[in-house]
Amino acid sequence: MSSAIEIAGVRKSYGKTLALDGVDFSIRRGEFFGLLGPNGAGKSTLINLIAGLVNIDAGSISVLGKDTVRDWRAARLNIGVVPQELVFDPFFNVSHMLRIQAGYYGCGKESWPWIDHLLEKLELTGKRDAMMRTLSGGMKRRVLIAQALVHKPPVVILDEPTAGVDVELRRTLWSFMRELHAGGTTVVLTTHYLEEAQEMCERIAILDHGKLQALEPTRDLIARHPFRFLSLRLSSGTLPEKLLSLKVSEKSGLVELKLPSATHPIGAVLEALRAAGCAVEDIQTREPTLEDIFVELTHD
Amino acid sequence: MIENRLGFYTLLKKEVMRFWSVLGQTVTAPVITTLLYLLVFAQAMQGRAEVYAGVSYTEFLVPGLVMMTIIQNAFANTSSSLIQSKVMGNLVFLLMAPLGAFEWFAAYLLAALVRCAFVAAALLAVTLPFVPLPLHSIGALLAMFVLAGGSLAVFGLIAAIVAQKFDHLAAFTNFFITPLSFLSGVFYSVHALPPFWFKASHLNPFFYMIDGFRFGFFGVADAPIGVSLLWCAGFFIVASAICLWMLVTGYRMRQ
Repeated sequence: MSSAIEIAGVRKSYGKTLALDGVDFSIRRGEFFGLLGPNGAGKSTLINLIAGLVNIDAGSISVLGKDTVRDWRAARLNIGVVPQELVFDPFFNVSHMLRIQAGYYGCGKESWPWIDHLLEKLELTGKRDAMMRTLSGGMKRRVLIAQALVHKPPVVILDEPTAGVDVELRRTLWSFMRELHAGGTTVVLTTHYLEEAQEMCERIAILDHGKLQALEPTRDLIARHPFRFLSLRLSSGTLPEKLLSLKVSEKSGLVELKLPSATHPIGAVLEALRAAGCAVEDIQTREPTLEDIFVELTHD
Repeated sequence: MIENRLGFYTLLKKEVMRFWSVLGQTVTAPVITTLLYLLVFAQAMQGRAEVYAGVSYTEFLVPGLVMMTIIQNAFANTSSSLIQSKVMGNLVFLLMAPLGAFEWFAAYLLAALVRCAFVAAALLAVTLPFVPLPLHSIGALLAMFVLAGGSLAVFGLIAAIVAQKFDHLAAFTNFFITPLSFLSGVFYSVHALPPFWFKASHLNPFFYMIDGFRFGFFGVADAPIGVSLLWCAGFFIVASAICLWMLVTGYRMRQ
């Protein structure tokens, strides 16, 4: 399967700060891909390099086979980026803004029906004549998403698109992204809402300190995590000493234990509790989430 | 040079729409300011000897004021648009677009010239009925308009690329554009100056812009028209080369 985005040996520094330190990976065509990492991990720098917003120090990036430096014009036509910040041009209304953006990409009047479709899908039709500065944060975010899509790019990059937005917009956005993805669009997502990434993304890359820490299908990434979690509420007795080292949290009497699958089967834990004279009032288990893996891979 | 024609045209149109949407600030205000200069100086200097044979002081003043307004508005148009985009962050829409350095350059330059044409036309429309001017050379007028307006538009782009905030841009205006335009012979002939200032004036590119523009009306000027054209063309070429280098390398924009 050919690559939508090919990243090879990419390095980028800002002064003495090394933001990306030799990052290599590829994103497959038609994939829903998650790019995760803590703040300052290098995610936005990588997106900025793919989008041509900053110059690359070393290495290369290509989008659908077009090098972002040598063949920058074709590479940029292939991508649409929703920036993280709520940026807008205060001189124009929503409709003008989208038509201007389409024009930059060489799309004329023939793109206007598509713009109308975007306005409808993102529930912006009623705001088409509103000046950008008068819109709420959520509405501005919708316009940013529409701007990234005006030229029908085969690769869409969403840089934290749901940061600070309400549930309704999240639903609208993910429903629309699923529709685009089903139509063959490659979607690259960065987000701090890991449950979103877990739900939407087929593969996930985790960046930390400018380096790639993991790159796997989401299911494999979670499955390889050799833990499960057990929550207990005791009606009598106290947690025996040999289980104390497994405790990860305690909230309102509910104790959560992190159990290595190989050494601590749940049966053995229950046996230990019974032997210590504890009576269990409530018990729940849960499988690790992407968030657990993320914390595991990125904590210092 | 212009590969993405629709992209270039869109950026040009957007820049024209931008100044058009605030016409009061971008066209009306400079016209009123310039008319006030004309009113005050024409009254104060009334009765002064003719600057050139057959050219009254008020007649002498009008072309200089028009060119000074062109210079200031050309610089203001490109510099304010680009610095606003940088500071507000919406420059990303342009940086991500498949638009080349020359397409940016040409679109910003032409939009500034469109604004200058509006300002100059408005000024001449309101002054000519009261201060009729001869027309010696339409070619010289147009050449000086394009070279002077173009040079300052390009210089405005350079200033906005270098500036990181509005204060930096204000420094360009306060310490470069305003002093050089006021000391360029708008209000006087440089022949009236002491020898040192007379020579110093000949190092000021704005002097040639105003003097050459005046030649287009009267056929006489303080410096030969060929010299004025060479100075303005030189300024334009050097400024354009610097600006294009900045745009190609992404200086202070893609770093």
